[in-house]
Amino acid sequence: MTYLTIDHVSRHFAPHLTLGEKIAARLGADVETRAVQAVTDVSVTVPRGRTLGLVGESGCGKSTLGRVISGILPPSTGTVLLDGKPVMTGGNKTTTRVQMVFQDPFASLDPRMKVGEAVAEGPVAHGLTTRAKARDYVAGWFARVGLDPALADRYPHQFSGGQRQRIAIARALAMQPDLLICDEPVASLDVSIQAQIINLFLDLRRDLGLTCVFISHDLSVVRHVCDRMAVMYLGRIVEEGATETVFNDPAHPYTRSLLASVPELVLDADDLVQFVPIEGEVPSPHAPPPGCHFNPRCPFAKDICRTEKPPLKPLTADRFAACHFAEEILAGAAT
Amino acid sequence: MTPLARFWSEFRENRIALVALVVVVLVVLLAIFAPLITPQDPYDMTGLSLMDARRPPGFVGSGGYAHVLGTDPQGRDLLSAILYGLRISIQIGLAAGGVALTIGAALGILAAYAGGRIETLIMRIVDLQLSFPAILLALVLVALLGQGKGQLIGALVAAQYAYFARTAYGAAKSERRKDYIEAARATPLSTRRVILRHLLPNCTPPLIVVATVQIANSISLEATLSFLGLGLPVTEPSLGMLISNGFPYMMSGRYWISVYPGIALIILIVAINIVGDQIRDQFNPRLRK
Amino acid sequence: MSPVLEVTGLRTHFHTRAGVVKAVDGVSFKLEQGEIMGLVGESGSGKTVTGFSLLGLVDPPGRIVEGSVRLNGTELVGMSERDLRRRRGREISMVFQDPIATLNPMFTVGQQMRMALESHGSISGRAAAARSEELLTMVGIPSPRARLRAYPHEFSGGMRQRVAIAIALLHRPSVIVADEPTTALDVSIQAQILATMRTLATETGTSLIWISHDLAVVSSLATRLAVMYAGRVVEEGPTADILRRPRHPYTQGLIASLPAMAEPGAPLTQIPGTTPSLLSLPPGCPFAPRCPRATAACAAEPVLTRDGTRAVACFHPAEPA
Repeated sequence: MTYLTIDHVSRHFAPHLTLGEKIAARLGADVETRAVQAVTDVSVTVPRGRTLGLVGESGCGKSTLGRVISGILPPSTGTVLLDGKPVMTGGNKTTTRVQMVFQDPFASLDPRMKVGEAVAEGPVAHGLTTRAKARDYVAGWFARVGLDPALADRYPHQFSGGQRQRIAIARALAMQPDLLICDEPVASLDVSIQAQIINLFLDLRRDLGLTCVFISHDLSVVRHVCDRMAVMYLGRIVEEGATETVFNDPAHPYTRSLLASVPELVLDADDLVQFVPIEGEVPSPHAPPPGCHFNPRCPFAKDICRTEKPPLKPLTADRFAACHFAEEILAGAAT
Repeated sequence: MTPLARFWSEFRENRIALVALVVVVLVVLLAIFAPLITPQDPYDMTGLSLMDARRPPGFVGSGGYAHVLGTDPQGRDLLSAILYGLRISIQIGLAAGGVALTIGAALGILAAYAGGRIETLIMRIVDLQLSFPAILLALVLVALLGQGKGQLIGALVAAQYAYFARTAYGAAKSERRKDYIEAARATPLSTRRVILRHLLPNCTPPLIVVATVQIANSISLEATLSFLGLGLPVTEPSLGMLISNGFPYMMSGRYWISVYPGIALIILIVAINIVGDQIRDQFNPRLRK
Repeated sequence: MSPVLEVTGLRTHFHTRAGVVKAVDGVSFKLEQGEIMGLVGESGSGKTVTGFSLLGLVDPPGRIVEGSVRLNGTELVGMSERDLRRRRGREISMVFQDPIATLNPMFTVGQQMRMALESHGSISGRAAAARSEELLTMVGIPSPRARLRAYPHEFSGGMRQRVAIAIALLHRPSVIVADEPTTALDVSIQAQILATMRTLATETGTSLIWISHDLAVVSSLATRLAVMYAGRVVEEGPTADILRRPRHPYTQGLIASLPAMAEPGAPLTQIPGTTPSLLSLPPGCPFAPRCPRATAACAAEPVLTRDGTRAVACFHPAEPA
């Protein structure tokens, strides 16, 4: 049963030019006046209770897409539906069913608000609890994320990174969402703390039956927590499918090179781990290459890749890739 | 430890700033309780005697008490006049600073949050005004509005709100981009709530710094206007007017009429500025260890 | 053969308003010529401060309070700033996490490389350009001659880090200290730089200290690992051995907590608690409060004890293979 539907969502950012920049541009200075196409025509669905991983390098649009889904940014075109109802109408968020956990818990908590107040604020404003009962309500959520409820009267700076991320999770969950967007929730945490937060996430997801979108550049984390994953490159989804399938047998050349770039711990090798880096760098999102955006770095690129944009097409019943030669690559026949 | 307690313990470590703060508090207390501690009500024209005019410090006049700092050309006890003058200066400084802070912060935060045309309109006007000397603007306004406390405060506000607007705009613009504002919008919380509960509190540190400096500036601006005869009516002598009154006698040896009010003014303004500098240093993360 | 770099009992403390922060508190290791050593630890483990201490780059209120750093047989601790500066760049150099820290936005890359070359003896413009171009080629910058005339902002993050590495290599130093140089970069760019560094270290014979929080990154590069916790080295040895059979409970916990070590969706093995504040360290073993094997003996401080190629600072280490 589909819970989240992302329907042909695009989001671009027009450059906000100051008066000076406009004049400079008129006089022929090198001012970027083109819009950035951060997310281009993304369609994907997530069934209730499942977790979709959004994977890609910086600038691929995964964070922008996360902000569009959670109703922080309106999409330029397309819609995001929860259970058939739009997240935003007329540029305003009209639901509390989707909440978000941000990457940096040092930035996502208001430094001048007591953490208990920060957790209570949304639920009180939306009538999930009353001001009188807010203390107990917050205490319940604090206990739920493994924090001592007595700490509710402290300020964010009095907590460590891991504790802050627990508070941020409590704040999102106190709104009783069905869908939780996690934008790199463990990326800024220490390794030994990451495992604690991932375990907490797994517990809460199971106990509360949450549907999740998990944004991360860390492939091992995505592999661990996501049922399905979508790989993004320059604003588009280039491959989507069940996590294990994509990891074991990537169909898109970008996915293949991305997986090959990740240094992995290999415990039974005496020699150092070998990996094959992708050639070149991600092109500017102001002027993505024509045709398939990945063609300048792709080892399999042919003429058609330089002119024609490959659509995201099904390879099997629930596996999609945007590559002209996906079938050949899967069959090992691509050159 | 609350943020305030932490702030105070850091503030205390700077001895000079601490002394300056004590001076400011002392001056404010003296001004508040002036009617109780001064020997004379300098506004009460009937209590003045021209016989006592321009007497040196220590002179015992018709009132039967010593004029510790001497008397002014109207025969006022200078100590009393200075304390009452401080009272007016501080009142005007606080009132003008407060109103300018409110108006300026509101405009600046609105511009930063709304963006687009509203932002351009507000900030262009502010920039235009900042390119104009505040004293000139205040002079023109006082000349147009006439004399009186209200008019003077109005002129000072008009001359100074732009500094607050600029500061609030800069702070709000950078705070707006931070995740906690996005988190509040993702909840979602109403725009009013996001601005009042999240954006405004986080914009206050730089505003407090500007406020201290601007209160000092208001006081000296008021003194300047009064010195030029454009400030308050002669019946309510402020520090600027006292200095002005004594000016003709400076060269004839009766220095005290101008010099003592001048010293009082300088002490107050310097002390406020030292306190303001310390607050600024404490808010500046780059100077932190 | 004597080691290129020998660090013994290094202690770097910061005297702050809140108390003495013992950022580095007894670090010892040796680095052989051409060796790549990984210095692994979490935030607050003292790995970065150790790196800065090696170059004498610790700013007040921080100070090396004890210990010795011998580079090619010369003691660096207590050396005058002037003598240190002569060695920095020429015998030991550093690559930072943010290449902006090394590069001056006002000068072209070519000008900066030339200035760096001139700072240690005169060199002709032609020779400087040739050497710069040679190095840019070596670190894998396309069309190096043209890029010499470009300013830092004209490079992407990954390319800028390559330039910083090229500058660090200019004088053929014996040791390069690299502080999380790929942390801010994307995985595909990180992979490129790791591959380049591996080749460079073999080709130039430069020893490399690679500071990172990421075990996987370090293990793909370094032949030897030193794991730091709360300002101390808790375990040290050949990378493959440590990964296969970690002896210190902290190292064991770190490796076991990686998502790759568990079945997808299964709970991860987690280290309980949080990293301790360096202001109020418990006496004895700093890891004891989080350690599953802690006993009364751990109230005393364990010493890093060598046993063959491996060393561990623990009263209850796991048995080596």
